[in-house]
Amino acid sequence: MSTIKDFTLTCPLPVSDYPTVTLAHGGGGKLMHQLIEKMILPAFNSPLLETRHDGAVFELGGARLAFTTDSYVVHPLFFPGGDIGSLAINGTVNDLSMCGARPVYLSCGLILEEGLAMETLWAVVQSLKRSAEAARVQLVTGDTKVVDRGKGDGVFINTAGIGIVEHGLTIAPASVRAGDAVLLSGDLGRHGIAIMAMRQGLEFESQIESDCAPLNGAVQKLIAGGVSLHCLRDLTRGGLGTTLVEIAEATGLEITIDEMKIPVREDVSGACEVLGFDPLYLANEGRMIVFVPQGEVARALELLRTDPHAAGAVEIGWVSQEHGGLVKMKSRIGTTRIIDMLSGEQLPRIC
Amino acid sequence: MKFSSEYRDAGAAQGYAHEIRRITTRPWTIMEICGGQTHAIVKFGLDELLPKELELVHGPGCPVCVTPLELIDKAVQIAQRPEVIFCSFGDMLRVPGSESDLFAIKARGGDVRILYSPLDALKIAKENPAKQIVFFAVGFETTAPAHAMAVYQAKQQGIQNFSVLVSHVLVPPAMEAILGSETNRVQGFLAAGHVCAIMGYEEYIPIAARYKVPIVVTGFEPLDILQGIAMCVAQLEQGRHEVENQYTRAVPEGGNRAAQQFIKEVFQVVNRKWRGIGEIGASGLGLRPEFAGFDAELRFDVGDYRAEESPLCISGLIMQGQKKPHECSAFGKQCTQEKPLGAPMVSNEGACAAYYRYRRAELAAAGKASQR
Repeated sequence: MSTIKDFTLTCPLPVSDYPTVTLAHGGGGKLMHQLIEKMILPAFNSPLLETRHDGAVFELGGARLAFTTDSYVVHPLFFPGGDIGSLAINGTVNDLSMCGARPVYLSCGLILEEGLAMETLWAVVQSLKRSAEAARVQLVTGDTKVVDRGKGDGVFINTAGIGIVEHGLTIAPASVRAGDAVLLSGDLGRHGIAIMAMRQGLEFESQIESDCAPLNGAVQKLIAGGVSLHCLRDLTRGGLGTTLVEIAEATGLEITIDEMKIPVREDVSGACEVLGFDPLYLANEGRMIVFVPQGEVARALELLRTDPHAAGAVEIGWVSQEHGGLVKMKSRIGTTRIIDMLSGEQLPRIC
Repeated sequence: MKFSSEYRDAGAAQGYAHEIRRITTRPWTIMEICGGQTHAIVKFGLDELLPKELELVHGPGCPVCVTPLELIDKAVQIAQRPEVIFCSFGDMLRVPGSESDLFAIKARGGDVRILYSPLDALKIAKENPAKQIVFFAVGFETTAPAHAMAVYQAKQQGIQNFSVLVSHVLVPPAMEAILGSETNRVQGFLAAGHVCAIMGYEEYIPIAARYKVPIVVTGFEPLDILQGIAMCVAQLEQGRHEVENQYTRAVPEGGNRAAQQFIKEVFQVVNRKWRGIGEIGASGLGLRPEFAGFDAELRFDVGDYRAEESPLCISGLIMQGQKKPHECSAFGKQCTQEKPLGAPMVSNEGACAAYYRYRRAELAAAGKASQR
């Protein structure tokens, strides 16, 4: 992956390969990383941004706080297992949780399209309320704007969140060590397939519902249980594959995962076969990976499994020093392959 | 998962690998025709299991890869038109034309849509009577029946605002072009299972006889491919050159007669340009004269347009099995999956993309090691 040193001050437009923004620039893969590395990070030049975490962690008035923001644009607004409201709460709650913080307060900005049915808005607002209650956070400030018909996709939501860090751990890629175990909090890919099925009108034997869920409960249990958490990451757009590559590159360590240990529901893997998708790169909205020392795996899994949103937690791999920065996967037939970051969006194949 | 996990069994894979090593006594070069097979080989690391005498070369069986540059340009020209809704299978959108790709047209406001079935385009045509709906009918014999069905139904139902931009190609003429080349290295083929599910394998029998090459109709799962390789090596070692069918669960000898009938009704065999390879006689399908009204090239008057390939891209040599992707000087440099120069870097099934995704880090590490 290109790094910030590729950027030179003489270049007036750092991301010059593309004269316009394409969808892949928001896809969570390589192009989005290039955009962030070459345009966003240099422009704002903050040491807190440089950590490239899901949120910023800082001291303020004697307290250690985490602060994050995320915008939600999803079509369709309602899908099996969730909706834009539950995504907007859980996404921000999860970003704070990945900083090791206990999420407390959220803001909510609504951008509504002229002509949106009041009933739809009501359903979204109710979902925001229910999801906030379930995640034990409060919506304390907000904003509403309306754009012309045709200039929005019904509802766009931005949420920002503040959480408090109540422990002395440094939960970040820098804390990951060779010998750590990689835990995954549950099965992969249901959110990606649920959305794809709705968009394309695909029907499977059983409905595949999104995994959208808050992860703060599970994280708080690990912290309260005294587990030495080294790093947490929620798996969002780029999926498990992209997230692991980010951490391997950030730490310079090798991560090896075992395909046989990665839980993917049968209906999800069936959909992937039909569409030509790889479950490693499917989006998730309620899954995380956890890096802990090998000696604490049993305890961490036991704690995770007491949480309803991490009941399917498993150990999927380990960290070593061999080939710095690489992610490898032992395939089910006993061979090994390299896991790369997703380039652009996964596209359904021809045949 | 049912119907796939049983074809990915580690013990059985090692069993086939052992059998292949046992029977291989000499170097052999085998080409897998289909890009889906190439990806399975690289994704599952099947070549790691093979003896070093055996070389797999990757064939031209990726529809995205062989669609000629000028046809991508024509698609881009048509998709730019304000009255057009341009519909395509997903992986055609990122294929670079001379100056632009369909994704860029979409980003600039063009109505470009990803569909799973060409019949969905007919539905869009009925729902948007004021628009022109164009479907990018790309692919081998596998996708031809569905495209034929869409055109046939459009004619039957009198849907006037629908047309297809056709770039259909056929496998057997490409195999003959490879075998007939003076620099050919291919000694045996794994034929593409899904193409044969439609067409059967009768048409391969004369090719196997004329060029004295074994041809094994092969599926796409790891065990399918390993078994196909074992069958092919066995023939080579025994000096046989027959057509055998590994993929019996999907391929009857005669193929799918109903699908073939539809193809014949709507399409006729024509000469086609293959990206990176050039024109091959009688190697593609075009619309029959009675369906010419549905030909997007005529409707939008782009038929005469011609374009030149990037001089850096050696995709033709790669698709004929003469070079491996990493032997290209542009691989991973001027040509990446984010900014592909040639189509094999774009498609899920392209050989360059397979190497880039699964092998790039290894190749780079090997390169560094050899420099030390």
